Amino acid sequence: MSELARADAPFVTAAEERVAAATQLQLTWWRFRKHRIAVVSGIVVILFYLLALFADFFAITQPHSTDAARSYIPPQSIHWFDPDGSFKPHVYALKGRRDMRTFKLIYAPDPTDRRYLVPFAKGYSYELFGFIPMDRHLIGLDRGVPEDALFLLGTDQLGRDVWSRLMLATRTSLTIGLIGVGLSLFLGILLGGISGLYGGVIDTAIQRVIEILRSIPTIPLWMGLAAALPNDWSVTQVYIAITVIISLIGWTELARVVRGRFLALREEDFITAAELAGASQLRIIFRHMVPSFLSHIIAAVSLALPAMIISETTLSFLGLGLRPPAISWGVLLQDAQNLQAIAIAPWLLLVAVPVVIVILAFNFLGDGLRDAADPYG
Amino acid sequence: MLTYTLQRFGLALLTIWAISVISFVIIQLPPGDFVDAYIASLSASGSMVRQEEAQALRQLYGLDQPIWVQYWKWASRVAQGDFGTSMEWGRPVTEVLGDRLWLTVVVSLAAIFLTWGIALPIGIYSAVRQYSAADYAFTFVGFIGLAVPNFLLALIIMYFGFVLFDLNVGGLFSSEYQLAPWSWGKVKDLMAHLPLPALILALAGTAQLIRIMRANLLDELRRPYVATARARGLAEWRVIVKYPVRAALNPFASTIGYLLPFVVSGSIVVSLVLSLPTVGPLLLRALVAQDMFLAGTIVLLLGVLTVIGTFISDLILMWIDPRIRAGIHG
Repeated sequence: MSELARADAPFVTAAEERVAAATQLQLTWWRFRKHRIAVVSGIVVILFYLLALFADFFAITQPHSTDAARSYIPPQSIHWFDPDGSFKPHVYALKGRRDMRTFKLIYAPDPTDRRYLVPFAKGYSYELFGFIPMDRHLIGLDRGVPEDALFLLGTDQLGRDVWSRLMLATRTSLTIGLIGVGLSLFLGILLGGISGLYGGVIDTAIQRVIEILRSIPTIPLWMGLAAALPNDWSVTQVYIAITVIISLIGWTELARVVRGRFLALREEDFITAAELAGASQLRIIFRHMVPSFLSHIIAAVSLALPAMIISETTLSFLGLGLRPPAISWGVLLQDAQNLQAIAIAPWLLLVAVPVVIVILAFNFLGDGLRDAADPYG
Repeated sequence: MLTYTLQRFGLALLTIWAISVISFVIIQLPPGDFVDAYIASLSASGSMVRQEEAQALRQLYGLDQPIWVQYWKWASRVAQGDFGTSMEWGRPVTEVLGDRLWLTVVVSLAAIFLTWGIALPIGIYSAVRQYSAADYAFTFVGFIGLAVPNFLLALIIMYFGFVLFDLNVGGLFSSEYQLAPWSWGKVKDLMAHLPLPALILALAGTAQLIRIMRANLLDELRRPYVATARARGLAEWRVIVKYPVRAALNPFASTIGYLLPFVVSGSIVVSLVLSLPTVGPLLLRALVAQDMFLAGTIVLLLGVLTVIGTFISDLILMWIDPRIRAGIHG
């Protein structure tokens, strides 16, 4: 449509003037804005990363605090209004009692004992960003400790609050994806760039390596490598090792994209023009080539991230990735591994919801970015 | 054509070699050598190993020699079908594997055929009726399949099977056939159990295939020859199926190269959740118990089977794509 309009217009309109003068990133941004689902997904992704950044603030109770007396409490419902109709969100305190036939603990809400929700309440102390001591949390209770009464998503077998654990798991899983992609991106740009820039034997060799890596089933390979991590490694060491293992194989797709762009751009007129004008190799790469495929890289990254997140979740789920006391989505889902566990505590499966939302959002975002990355297409 | 076949064959051999090196590395990764572990597992069960026996074992496996000699010895034994002994089971690895390897192949192949079976008609429909409600609906379902890790899908289906229908959906055989020797009845029983795991595995791959098919077909449908066919009064389904779909199919076949490793990977995890008698649960157990010959062999065999599958798909691709036969790259 726009081509038609342009052909008919007698002179250049102000809007076209704007397009002609826009930078590559501006054009990409304009096109991206039109992609409704992609924009919404982008916002979802940002919200999730904010959640990850302030995980402890959003958590309610200390995520490692266990208590056998709170085992398998179902999710609680919040009552938004007092009996007199005023807006005062509260929960009922729970009274545990043992069923004398099955010996299971049964929790009954006590409507007479109302605990009101308080925003920015004091709770367990933590360090924001790892160095600012704080003890404020998004919500707390007006009396009593939240550890005893507030379980938005229920508790697991050891009586740990699933909501709070989910907040910290989000942080772990989302950052492991980011770091993993960072590493893959480094390898991908380096090897893909070399491959595309020099061509010839080096290109063939790197392409063969990529083909070989892509034709090996990844999960058995990851399992084999991950199982070799010593048992006495600390949480941080395992975290780093898992990230490295995942990105060792994840770089191939990014390398393919980078190489493809390099090959395509090498033939472009404006590159030849720059060469003839005497620009140095480095200047051509960073001033002329990189800006025109930057958006492609961003799109490829946002498509690679969900794959990384799935990999970590799967490995941890199998018990070969992060191990408790580390908390990640995979570690949480491990609790829901068999039918017995899900039958007793179906709410443990709720952890799957954010996993699916984040992965979907990343996919839509990546798709939108990929379409937008080609402003003239 | 011959060059292409040889090239592919060469790459397949190279890949198999790379996989064998990786598997060997995995076997070597745990601290201590295999004889140490073997002795430890024997003493745990009460029997003692004398020093000379240990030395003899080390010599047999060449553990006193440089690493590349060890690799060579291991690789040549593997080439003759001797994969070593499973530490945990105390039996040859091939015996422990039994039917499991073939069941893995059966499940993976079923998943791939199902992926095609789902993606092909939906891809065609979505392209022909672009932007229709059904197009959006299929795209959405495809995305869900893409976004939900398949172990999660298996868990959720298992949960709903249990809650809604009181079914235990795990396994590949009914209990009466589990240990029975192969018979016609057992095959039928397998067929009855196969659709669910195959569907769970297939869903993950369909989204991408649907999108590829849809995009390819959309490109083809805009070509002038389609308008010509229509103008000459061909029936609408003939216009679509006879030429554009065939042209759009080419990249479709080439996707098996990535689909196969993807499905094999997925089958490992799904098998664990649904407790299928494939190599998946065995591999996890072997890794946890550091039964490295078994684990290494499984990684090796899965990799080799995938490479063979990919090679066959390359040949099929050559058969259906005249451009490759003629040696044109494009």
